[in-house]
Amino acid sequence: MTQVRTINLGDAIREGLTEAAVRDPAVIFMAEGIADPSSVYGTTKDIGNRIGMKRIIEMPISENALTGVAIGAAMMGKRPVLNFHRVEFALLAMEQIFNNAAKTHYVSKGRHRVPLVIRVVIGRGWGQGPEHSQSLEAVFSHVPGLKVVMPTYPRDAKGMVIAAIEDDNPVIMIEHRWCHYVAGHVPEGYYVEPLDGPRVVHQGKDITIVATSYMTLEAVRAAEALEKLGYSATVIDLRVLRPLVIDPILKSVEQTGRLITVDTGFKQYGIGAEVVAEVVSRRFDALKAAPVRLGLPDHPTPSSRGLIKGFYPDATTILQNAGKMLDIADNKIAQTIDDIIANRKGLQIDVPDPFFKGPF
Amino acid sequence: MGGLKLSDVPIAQREQMLRLHREMLRIRLVEEAIADRYAEQEMRCPVHLSIGQEAVAVGVCQALRQTDRVFSTHRCHAHYLAKGGDLKAMLAEIYGKAAGCIGGRGGSMHLMDPAKGMISSVPIVASSIPLAAGAALSDQLDGNDTVSVAFIGDASVEEGVFHETANFASLRKLPVLFVCENNLYSVYTPLRQRQPDRVLADVICAHRVRAVTVDGNNVAAVRRATEEAVNYARAKDGPSFLVFDTYRWREHCGPSYDNNLGYRAEEEYEEWKVRCPIELHRRQLRSLHLLSDGEEQELIGELKREIDAAFEFAKAAPLPEPSEASTHVYA
Repeated sequence: MTQVRTINLGDAIREGLTEAAVRDPAVIFMAEGIADPSSVYGTTKDIGNRIGMKRIIEMPISENALTGVAIGAAMMGKRPVLNFHRVEFALLAMEQIFNNAAKTHYVSKGRHRVPLVIRVVIGRGWGQGPEHSQSLEAVFSHVPGLKVVMPTYPRDAKGMVIAAIEDDNPVIMIEHRWCHYVAGHVPEGYYVEPLDGPRVVHQGKDITIVATSYMTLEAVRAAEALEKLGYSATVIDLRVLRPLVIDPILKSVEQTGRLITVDTGFKQYGIGAEVVAEVVSRRFDALKAAPVRLGLPDHPTPSSRGLIKGFYPDATTILQNAGKMLDIADNKIAQTIDDIIANRKGLQIDVPDPFFKGPF
Repeated sequence: MGGLKLSDVPIAQREQMLRLHREMLRIRLVEEAIADRYAEQEMRCPVHLSIGQEAVAVGVCQALRQTDRVFSTHRCHAHYLAKGGDLKAMLAEIYGKAAGCIGGRGGSMHLMDPAKGMISSVPIVASSIPLAAGAALSDQLDGNDTVSVAFIGDASVEEGVFHETANFASLRKLPVLFVCENNLYSVYTPLRQRQPDRVLADVICAHRVRAVTVDGNNVAAVRRATEEAVNYARAKDGPSFLVFDTYRWREHCGPSYDNNLGYRAEEEYEEWKVRCPIELHRRQLRSLHLLSDGEEQELIGELKREIDAAFEFAKAAPLPEPSEASTHVYA
């Protein structure tokens, strides 16, 4: 942990993977196209040059079997990092993930361990459509025995992927493709960001916004806009969806009395639903207003940029809802929203706002 | 081995033949004892008995080292015992007791004894196949000569994961054996209603995996075929697919006979029963004068005493504490 530089999240993950593999010979990598010209969006590029190609295992297009192979190898003490280019491909492996990865430690009464990292990429934009841009973190988060993490910032991502590899449990690391481009200060060398729960990324006293992954960036932007209106928001980056550590969220809601959740998945039965339920059932008395969940509407993700207008929550949606909860005058909120939209300078909605590249 | 004289059989092989007999008989007696006691409703989990299929478990495991790794299915009792799994811990597991091999967490379908190389049993059809290949990959990376075995049934070859794993195992020449107990039925559905008329072993040929079909009720033949496959794997030549034709005598799940249901013909069952793997092997031992009736009765008595004691242990053992249920969710 010497030099601190600015790099993007994708490169931070590659560094984390490389550092962990150099340190521990049990680390092996598996993916379809693990060392091809793309190398999982560049995140596994050239790792073989550092550790040798023996531990870089090209996968046939057999997600279910190769997930099982990774689990079997993990049970024998290897630390496989399995990579899926889209979460939808992991669906082919759900039997292995839900039964063997999640339950082997439990069923074996602790005799077996499954130190496995499954990286899945989620995303949006550029017309990816219904089966290339889902955010299925709630599905994984339903299952005891799995850990589910979603890093937002590069420093976190590097330390968390190292922590995931060190972890003796199956860790599903869900990476938003747009977050790969987020730049930030990242230490060199080997360091661990513990998978120990959420982080407050913006301090405030009037409202609590709990967000995941890319939506954390939207939430921070909304919080900064609220500040200009004289209100302050606490933004909590959830980071670790399972096991859920709710205390920091409860603590914040005790102070603010107001809660908005905003995540990348479907709203119904989603991450926000779990967070809101925990808060309402534990701190009902602290609430000054009914919590609001923001997430995707109840239909699949269409491809056309015409059809996705309004599909994704963003800083403006958060602002509108925060405005209502805080009784901020409509015209003030409308002006702030107009400013944010103007800042996009007419950029199409199917590409990320340059604002989000950071550095953070 | 028909027509063999005792003087033709080396001492080591005689001991091995007696061991094969003893192991099969032990499994048969354990399974029958479970069936006899099942109606007491103290074994409160599904049981998939291996009666009629003992030769595959014993023949395969007798060709393995203790350090070799076995992965099994819902029908795992015979594999567990044949690989050296602790009998008391098995019965306690089926009785749901704290002393069970996994403390009552899995019951009959999840038997394991990792110290003996009985790594894991998974009750979803074909689910443990890639686990065995993964263990084999780990051993290959480590450069040792350990072999992994996935016991499967005939329905497993209908699952995609079988072919996915076979493809990968062949590609990388993994030291893994896919051991298929073809008992002709998936629950009540016969093979002919699920698969075209073909040689079952052929399905893996397109993956360039060595495939062998052997009489699964001939324990010596099972052991020999396995030994060849094990040597092939240890020599780093790759995986094998062993199809052992055999027959499940009792119902898919539970202690009873179910030929009365009409899904299979009584005559078919009788034909297979005549070819009882234990009886076939016993005849061999008798003709070689390796085992007298008196000696076998003595052996049966000894095994029954062991089994009775294990049942007493399992019945008397305490149930696990409810607080135990939430432990070991995470390592």
